[in-house]
Amino acid sequence: MCLAVPARIVELMDDRGVADAMGNRWSVRTTLLPDVQVGDIVLIHAGFAIATVDEEEARKTWELFAEIAEFQERQAPSSKEEGTV
Amino acid sequence: MLERVDKAKKQIHNTVDALGRSVNIMEVCGTHTVAIFRSGIRSALPESVKLLSGPGCPVCVTDQGYIDTVMDLAAREDCLIATYGDMIRVPGKNGSLETMNRSNVHVVLSSDDAVQLACAHPDKTVVFVAVGFETTTPATAVAVMTAEKMDLSNFCILSAHKLVVPAMQALLSDTKNKIDAFLCPGHVSVIIGSDAYRPVVEQFSRPCVVAGFEPVQVMEGIAEICRQLADESPQVKSLYSAVVTAQGNTRAWELIEAYFEPYDGPWRGLGCIPNGTLRLKRQYKRFDALVRFGIEEIPKEEPNGCLCGQVLCGLINPPQCGLFDAVCTPDTPVGPCMVSSEGACSAWYKYGRRGKVHHD
Ligand code: SF4
Repeated sequence: MCLAVPARIVELMDDRGVADAMGNRWSVRTTLLPDVQVGDIVLIHAGFAIATVDEEEARKTWELFAEIAEFQERQAPSSKEEGTV
Repeated sequence: MLERVDKAKKQIHNTVDALGRSVNIMEVCGTHTVAIFRSGIRSALPESVKLLSGPGCPVCVTDQGYIDTVMDLAAREDCLIATYGDMIRVPGKNGSLETMNRSNVHVVLSSDDAVQLACAHPDKTVVFVAVGFETTTPATAVAVMTAEKMDLSNFCILSAHKLVVPAMQALLSDTKNKIDAFLCPGHVSVIIGSDAYRPVVEQFSRPCVVAGFEPVQVMEGIAEICRQLADESPQVKSLYSAVVTAQGNTRAWELIEAYFEPYDGPWRGLGCIPNGTLRLKRQYKRFDALVRFGIEEIPKEEPNGCLCGQVLCGLINPPQCGLFDAVCTPDTPVGPCMVSSEGACSAWYKYGRRGKVHHD
C-alpha cells in the first residue's frame, strides 16, 4: 500500500496538477512538494506527489512495477484484487 | 546488473559462513515482501539467511476493533464511507465492506476524493477510512487542512495511521524476538528519511538498511546487512539514494506534526505500541469520527484461529497457521494478512505455496 509510482507533471495550478505516466493521466496534488514544476518527474502516492526523481530512476521503476504487476497476475489470475494505493 | 547480483550473493555467502550462525532479516514493507517472492531471492540465499515479513502492510496491522467500527459506521444511514480499495475485503463482524454491498461505501484513490465526496453530499457525513504508514498520512493531513479551510462540517476521518519506527522498537523490545536486522521500507523512508532509523540502531544495535524494490538492490541490502553483522558495526544505510534522503520530505512531516499527535494505539497482534499510532490533535477533534459519533476505541482480538499477530511479529511463517490454505485462502480470507495483496499470508499462498518461486 505504501507504493508510489513515478509520473511527469504536465499541468500545474497552485498545488493541483495533472500527472502523466506512459500515457495515463490523472489529477494529483503537489502540496507536499512546494517547489515542483511542470516537466518534473515525481513519485505519486495516493494522489500526492511525495518526491522528485530523475528520468533514469523513473524508467527503472516503471519497468519494475510492470514486471511485478504481470507477475502477480500470472501467479494469481483468479484473485479479484482491488486497486491498491 | 548480473555482476552486481553475483557480487552481492558472494558477499552474503562469505559473510554468513564467517558468522557461523543464522541471520534473521525482517522486511517492514509489503512491497518488499512481494518483490522478494517475485524475484526468487529466497532461493538464492544460503539457508542460514531467513527473511521475515514484518508489520509492513498497513491493512494487516489495523486492529480488528477499528475494522468493526468502520462496519458500524457503514451501517448508518447518515454516513458515507470513503476508503482506499485495500480495505474493503477485510473481514469484520458481519462480513466485510464489500459483502455488506451498501451504496454508501465509496472506494477512493486519494484523500482528496473523500473531501470532494463530502462537498457533493452535504446531507451526509463522509468518514474517511484513514489507514496507512507515513507515506499515506500526509495525504490525510492535507484532506483535514482542506476541510478546515473550506469549513466543511460533514467531513471527518477515522485515523489508524501508524508509525513504522515505534513498531520496530516494540518488536525488538520483546524478548522473544529473533530479528537481527531490518530491511527498511523504500517509500515510507521517502517521507521519514533514513535518519529516522537512528534510534533503532542506537538503542538496539541492529542494522537498518533502506533499499528500493529492484531485486539487485534488495540483494545488495541483504549483503550490506550481513556485512554489518559480521563486522559488528550496525548502522543506518540507504541504498535507495535516488529518492530517499537523510531528512525525508520535511514539508510532509510538518503537515503530519501540525495535525496529528502520536498515542499508544492498538496494532493487530502487537498490542498497544507506545506512540505508534496517530490521532488528530485536540484542536482538530471536530474532524475526528470517534469524537463526532461518540465512539470508544476498543481493541479486539483477531478472528478465531487466525495467527496474523504472530506472522506480523516474524514468529511464524504463514504455512505454520493451521487455517492457511485449508480454511483461509485469498478467496475466503480469515485475517487481513490473507486479504491484502501485500500481506504475508497472501504472498506465501500465491507465490510460495507450491514450493516453486519464479526465477529471473
Ligand atoms: S493464514 Fe489466514 S488465518 Fe492464518 S494467520 Fe494468515 S490470515 Fe490469519
